Amino acid sequence: MDFLADINNAAPEAILAGFGLVGLLIGAIGGDRISGLLRLLSVVALAAAAVVAAIQFGRGEAISAFASEPLAPDGLYKVSLFTLFAKVVTYALAAFALLMSGGFLKTAQMERYEYPLLIVFGSLGAGMMLSANDLMTLYVGIETLSLSSYVLAAFRRDSIKSAEAGLKYFVLGALASGLLLYGSSLVYGFTGGTGYAAIAAAPSSIGLTFGLVFLICGLAFKASAAPFHIWTPDVYEGAPAPVVAFFSTAPKIAAVGVLAHVLFTAFGPHAGSWQQILAIIAALSMLIGAFGALMQNSIKRILAYSSISNVGFALIGVAAGAEQGAAALLVYMALYVVATLGLFGGVLALRRGGRAIDQVSDLNGLVKSKPGIALGLMVLIFSVAGIPPAAGFWGKLQVFTAGISADLLWLVLVGALASVVSLGYYLRLVWAMFMKPAGEPLDKTDMSVGLVVAITSLAMFPVLTIVIQILLDLAMRAAGG
Amino acid sequence: MAGAELGLGHYMAVSAALFTIGVFGIFVNRKNIIVILMSIELILLSVNINLVAFSVFNGTIMGQVFAMLVLTVAAAEAAVGLAILVVYFRNRGEIAVEDVNVLRG
Repeated sequence: MDFLADINNAAPEAILAGFGLVGLLIGAIGGDRISGLLRLLSVVALAAAAVVAAIQFGRGEAISAFASEPLAPDGLYKVSLFTLFAKVVTYALAAFALLMSGGFLKTAQMERYEYPLLIVFGSLGAGMMLSANDLMTLYVGIETLSLSSYVLAAFRRDSIKSAEAGLKYFVLGALASGLLLYGSSLVYGFTGGTGYAAIAAAPSSIGLTFGLVFLICGLAFKASAAPFHIWTPDVYEGAPAPVVAFFSTAPKIAAVGVLAHVLFTAFGPHAGSWQQILAIIAALSMLIGAFGALMQNSIKRILAYSSISNVGFALIGVAAGAEQGAAALLVYMALYVVATLGLFGGVLALRRGGRAIDQVSDLNGLVKSKPGIALGLMVLIFSVAGIPPAAGFWGKLQVFTAGISADLLWLVLVGALASVVSLGYYLRLVWAMFMKPAGEPLDKTDMSVGLVVAITSLAMFPVLTIVIQILLDLAMRAAGG
Repeated sequence: MAGAELGLGHYMAVSAALFTIGVFGIFVNRKNIIVILMSIELILLSVNINLVAFSVFNGTIMGQVFAMLVLTVAAAEAAVGLAILVVYFRNRGEIAVEDVNVLRG
């Protein structure tokens, strides 16, 4: 196939890769003085990638790219509606996460030109792994995302916490990559191919199941699903807040999306060997996420457990299988990551004496000093918790419906239990903001951050509560392609 | 190639042994983070042995292409890992595994 046509099919990633390389040159020449400019350009590049991906989604056809006859007849790369949906959300959220990090970077003296570029390269990796149609592309994409993430976690070089977060993330992440690779090698050995189509066509065997289990372990780590979640609270606590805002949004939907995509396409005919595993991983994630957060006092740790629990809910959609679950998990993750972005935006916005707040008690009496942000945060917390008026409820309803129609009633019951338990800590945050007496005054907030909180909370309630059907239709379309 | 003396099973056994040693090296090791980095390399090495052996016995070239990619990414991974380790050492002044404990909930 024509190389230019291939590049055209992979246009969103080509934009990011091209911009990332040029940006590195600009940064190397201009130094940290132009980091602000580079950040804006990166936001534009990410937004452009999101728009191009959305246009491809609108065109609505699945295309293979980078096919070469003897090696990869089906193409190393495939643009499908399911992955395009996830890619649009990934790129858009990365752009927003980068946009609102400006104020924090300035006050923390982290304004270095590498920061926006690492986010661009991380998003590129997320896009690549989503579009992979071959285990090799999948691996390279995952590593592109992971290597950028390790550096981002340790980005605050003078902080012991940040360095330790980076170190832990690196060691456990490298182990997960090793598991994933070992699984890939077994799958290759027992099917004779690395392409998704070749794997799907191969007969089931013990060796293939072995490889599949390793592969799931590696991918579950990237999505921070239990029992591979141990790194999440530590990394979230140690890494700088804007980095965590990025981690918990763009790569999260990409990781869940890629887990679903690999299992649905490459291992779809072998569903019997992974459906049970996924159901157990989902149940464990929901419970550990719900109970783990109850005893925490750090907001970032609570949000880390909340993300573990929410990944568990999304995995109900994966366990339910492609037909029932694909649309549900896309809706769930999209609603969750948008709400989380606003939540982190709000927490980022709150500083006391130049230092970012961290404890739940720091939120005390927020409604008196910053009523707008407190109200926005309350809506977002309700949405993440899945309480009815907020849009997050629709997502939860979707995955529960998918679970029931796939005969996973026990899993849905576990999910309902986890929802009730996790209300305990969600309401604790709201209680602190609205009912506790105010503490010391907070610093002025940045415009951009307030804007992100306002947009996301308005989207969660009332906008998406009412027009949820549009999102559902888009997800159904994505699941169909 | 697949003679009675040296078959695919032998390669897979070596690879599985290396992989297990690597994983245990990460979890059992209580002394030094450098040893963890070496264990990670061991895991990637075991994967490469697997891939190349499968490639030869399956008669497809993909495994060898994959092994090349793994080698490249392993180099990048080691570079990033060592860089993070240097940052950690500057802050902490030591790299003993037992002392990686500032973050805990």
